[in-house]
Parts: sequence; structure tokens; C-alpha cells
Amino acid sequence: MYTRNGDSYFIVDGHIHAWDATPANQANRYGEGFINCFYDYHRNLSPEDRVWPKEDFLKQSEERILKDLFEDGYVDVGIFQPTYLTDFYVNGFNTTEQDGVLAEKHPDKLIVNGSWDPRDGEAGLTALAELAERWQLKGVKLYTAEWKGESKGWKLTDPWSYRYLEKCQELGITNIHIHKGPTIYPLNRDAFDVADVDDVASTFPELNFIVEHVGLPRLEDFCWIATQEPNVYGGLAVAMPFIHSRPRYFAQIVGELLYWIGEDRISFASDYAIWTPAWLIERFVDFDIPEDMTEYPALTTDVKKKILGLNLAKLYDIDVPEHLRLPETEAGAIGAEPEPVA
Amino acid sequence: MGVASTGVSRAAVETALGTVRDPELDESITSLDFVASVTVAGGDVTVELRLPTYFCAPNFAYLMVADAYDAVLTVPGVDRALVRLIDHFASEEINAGVAAGRGFAGSFPGLADDELAELRATFRRKAHRAGQERCASGLVRAGWTVRELAAATLGDVPAGPDRDRLRRRRLELELPAGDDAPLLVDDAGEPVAELDLPAQLRFARTTRISIDGNAALCRGLLDVRYRRQEAAAADDAAASDAAVVG
Repeated sequence: MYTRNGDSYFIVDGHIHAWDATPANQANRYGEGFINCFYDYHRNLSPEDRVWPKEDFLKQSEERILKDLFEDGYVDVGIFQPTYLTDFYVNGFNTTEQDGVLAEKHPDKLIVNGSWDPRDGEAGLTALAELAERWQLKGVKLYTAEWKGESKGWKLTDPWSYRYLEKCQELGITNIHIHKGPTIYPLNRDAFDVADVDDVASTFPELNFIVEHVGLPRLEDFCWIATQEPNVYGGLAVAMPFIHSRPRYFAQIVGELLYWIGEDRISFASDYAIWTPAWLIERFVDFDIPEDMTEYPALTTDVKKKILGLNLAKLYDIDVPEHLRLPETEAGAIGAEPEPVA
Repeated sequence: MGVASTGVSRAAVETALGTVRDPELDESITSLDFVASVTVAGGDVTVELRLPTYFCAPNFAYLMVADAYDAVLTVPGVDRALVRLIDHFASEEINAGVAAGRGFAGSFPGLADDELAELRATFRRKAHRAGQERCASGLVRAGWTVRELAAATLGDVPAGPDRDRLRRRRLELELPAGDDAPLLVDDAGEPVAELDLPAQLRFARTTRISIDGNAALCRGLLDVRYRRQEAAAADDAAASDAAVVG
């Protein structure tokens, strides 16, 4: 919980990791390249006094994770989003099992999501059912740019992907987090294209599709599909730290999201350990859309409460203390009523 | 070595590279500082390109390497061009593929089933929409109404970099680009009807914000990767189009 100027905010951090990128776990140059890429995101977008030395970034101890999230970071509940990357890391980068060790010790504070890969076929469906039972999964994180031997990526519209989504529905895994990365196959297409999300969101209206990084670098494509599919949500991982380095751009991203999809479908995430939640939350609560950007709706205290925790609490059935809730309003998005540019 | 090859101008090579754009960011690879080095030895020109991350999308990377190769070969006196992408996970495949003229699909056998014309066209259309929005926003700020915008022509936009850029995108897409051409047209070149204008412009704004933001992120990542901190500050100052956030 974070309190500021008499207002208290229930915090759900929707995208955290407990990764191992130490050299001993790096399987090849791709593993090294991957963590270097993360580290460049970290040092490019963090305030100077929050930049970690590289060795701290490679792996975090249990104590450090708990301190960064819950002691210093105001987080009430954190959601682990696994990223397996077993072609890059000997034991995987950030698996359900790695995250689950911590989640099991702190069940009131941590939720662990699973993952699946349509290229695992029939055997993977069985494995998913076991994973769901073992970890009581409410969500999965899917990374379409994952390499698997000869294959260098996949799409949500691949035939086996439908089988897995059906399985999720059957197992009560309702939250499907989607992370678009620079897939290699098919190379001649735009890997960040979110059109496949549109397709599966229509086919599976009972599932929630949370597009990580709000579709960046294809914000416009994400907004376009999210206005049409009420079960598509946007996670702010990676977008959040712009609040420091490029506050006007951050205002534009949030403003665009509020305009197109409304305040009920946007959710906070630190992407820990790429960034730590404390400073992001402090800055966000103090943040206002600049006055000259009159085309955007206001970022009110209630809207901030929804984004910082209440929206995800609803998707994950997290019990929010009475005094931190908001009165229920009409459900649904604000939608996109066209209006002239200002 | 032929007579002509003794006089290759390094400046001419750099100018040629300036015509190569990052298709996704719609900016030249020289202004993005993607050119790591240019070496001229007689008629042999070697260019090294670098990108913001090790995992930048390989299809865009391929287009830039191939375009740079073609651009260098247009410079008078160049006998041989070698363009190398450095510090990228697919450097080897891309460099070898471009050098051997294998095309994109041939550079990644089994992984790519087609060439990149459609991908390039998709991003040219996005850049075109964003460019129209930049020009239209300028007119709105100058007091134009939506009704007036529907009848605006390219000639109504004040001369300047935004209009020049939009005109270049029009020419690439083979759309009307003269002063009397409508300012706001759809992807096929048809004028946008007044009724559809607000929604179209609103969406074009989101496209423009997405491209501009992505470009800024890429610059920042390139800066930390190659330690050019000073450029980061200048970039944000230039990209901030109005008041400072308190």
C-alpha cells in the first residue's frame, strides 16, 4: 500500500521476475545478449541513483526481491510472469518453478503464472494441466518470440495455440498475458504486430488478454484492437519508466490509452528487476497529464487507484481491504468517441 | 582499379547513407547514428552499421543493410561496397546474405518465406499517416477547423521539414504529391471524407506518437549501448514540443 496526501493505494505489480542470468546459467551468446539488452533498458530508463551495477542485475537474492517489492516498493501483491528461454539459459531464465519457490513461501503476497508453448503439441497440453494443478494457475504468460530449436517464434493464431487456449478455459486459467518480442519467424512480417491478439480475443471472449508493454512499439495497433475487443487489457511494463526520462511521452501513452480503452483496462507493472516499483509508484501518484495536452482525460486519484492495483485485483480475484476499494461503477470501456484533434 | 575509383569522396558516401531510412522509425540511419564507421580505400568502401540492441528485429536490420549497400554503390567511383552489421545476433546471416545478393528469404533459409516488400510498404503507410497528422496538427494549431481541413491541400501547409517529409512519403507510395494534392488522403490516395476526418486524424495521432516514442527509445538504447550520453539530453529537448512537465 502506498499513501500520499491522505489517499491510500492498493498496489498490484502485474509483471515481476525472479531470473537467473548469471554466466553459469547462460547457454550461449544469445543468453548473454538477452540480459545485456535488458540491462540497457534498465540503465537507459532508470533515474541515475536507481541504476544497479551489472552484477546485481544478473540475479537477485530472495531477500533482495522481498525488500525491493514489499519493504521499499509498496507492493501488496506481485504477479510473476515466467520467461523460460530454455534455448538461451541452461536452467531457463525465469521459469514457473523458479518463481514458484518464492510464491509458495509468500502466498499472500505473490502469485505465480505459468506458461505454454504451442510447439510442444499434445505433450505440452498434459504438462499444462499438471502445471495448473501444481501452482493453482490463474494466468499464463506467453512469449511469442521464444526460440525452440529450429523454430524462432510463433503466433497466437497457430492451430495448436487454439488448443492451448481451449485448455486454459477448461482449467480456469483466465488471464492470458501476451508479450510480443522480435520474433524471427516469420521474418518477413512485423513481429510486433498484435493482430493475432484480435483474433483469439474474439474467439475466446471468456478469457482476458493482457497485452504487455501496451503493445509498444505498436501502440496504435494495440489501441485499435482493444477498442474492439472488451476482453483486451494493457499492461504498462516498460511504458512506466518513461515517467522519468520522457514524462511528456509517458503522458501521451497514458492519455492515448485512457482515450481509446478507458481507465478499467490499464494496469501497472514494474517489470522487476528491470526496474524497481518504489520510484515508479511514487512518481505515478504525483503525475498529472500536462495542462497543454487538453485532448486527454484527466488522470484522477480514482483512475490512478484502478491502474495501480484495482483493475488487476479484479482479474485475479485478489481481496482488497474495504478502505482501499472504490465504489463500483458501470463496467466497460470509455470507448473511442471520435473528436477533432485539439 | 579503374581511373574513376581513385576519387571516391567520403562525404558523398555519407550523403548516400543519409538517404537510407530505418523503415520502422522513419528516420535516416545517419541521423539515428546507426553508421558506426565508413572506410574508403580507393574504390572500395566499407560501412559498419550498428543498432540499439542485440535483438533488434532482423527484418528491419536486413532492409537497412541492403539499402545501405545499394546506396553506397550509387556513389561515383565506387567499385566495391561492403556493408557489415555489427553486434547483432543475426549479423552473420544478414551480412553474408546481402553481400552475396541472396535476398532476404535466401539469407534465412527455412525461416522466411517471402521478401520484404509488403513489410516495407506497411511501414511507409504508417509513416505517411503520421506525416499527414503532423501537418494537419500544425494547421489546427494555426486555427483551421475540421471542415476546412477536409479541403486543405499540401500547398496550404507552410513550407518546412514536415511538408517536405510528407511529400517524400507520397512520392514513395506513388500518391499525389503536388501543391494541389489533398492534404489528407487514405492509404490508396482517396481524399478522406469530412465525416471520417476526426476519427482518422485521431488514429493517425496515435500512430505518430507510437513512432516518435519508439524512435526516442531506440536512440536512448543506442546511447547507453555505445556510451553517448550527451546525445540523449539533446534528443529529449528536441522531441518535447511544448511546456516542461512540473
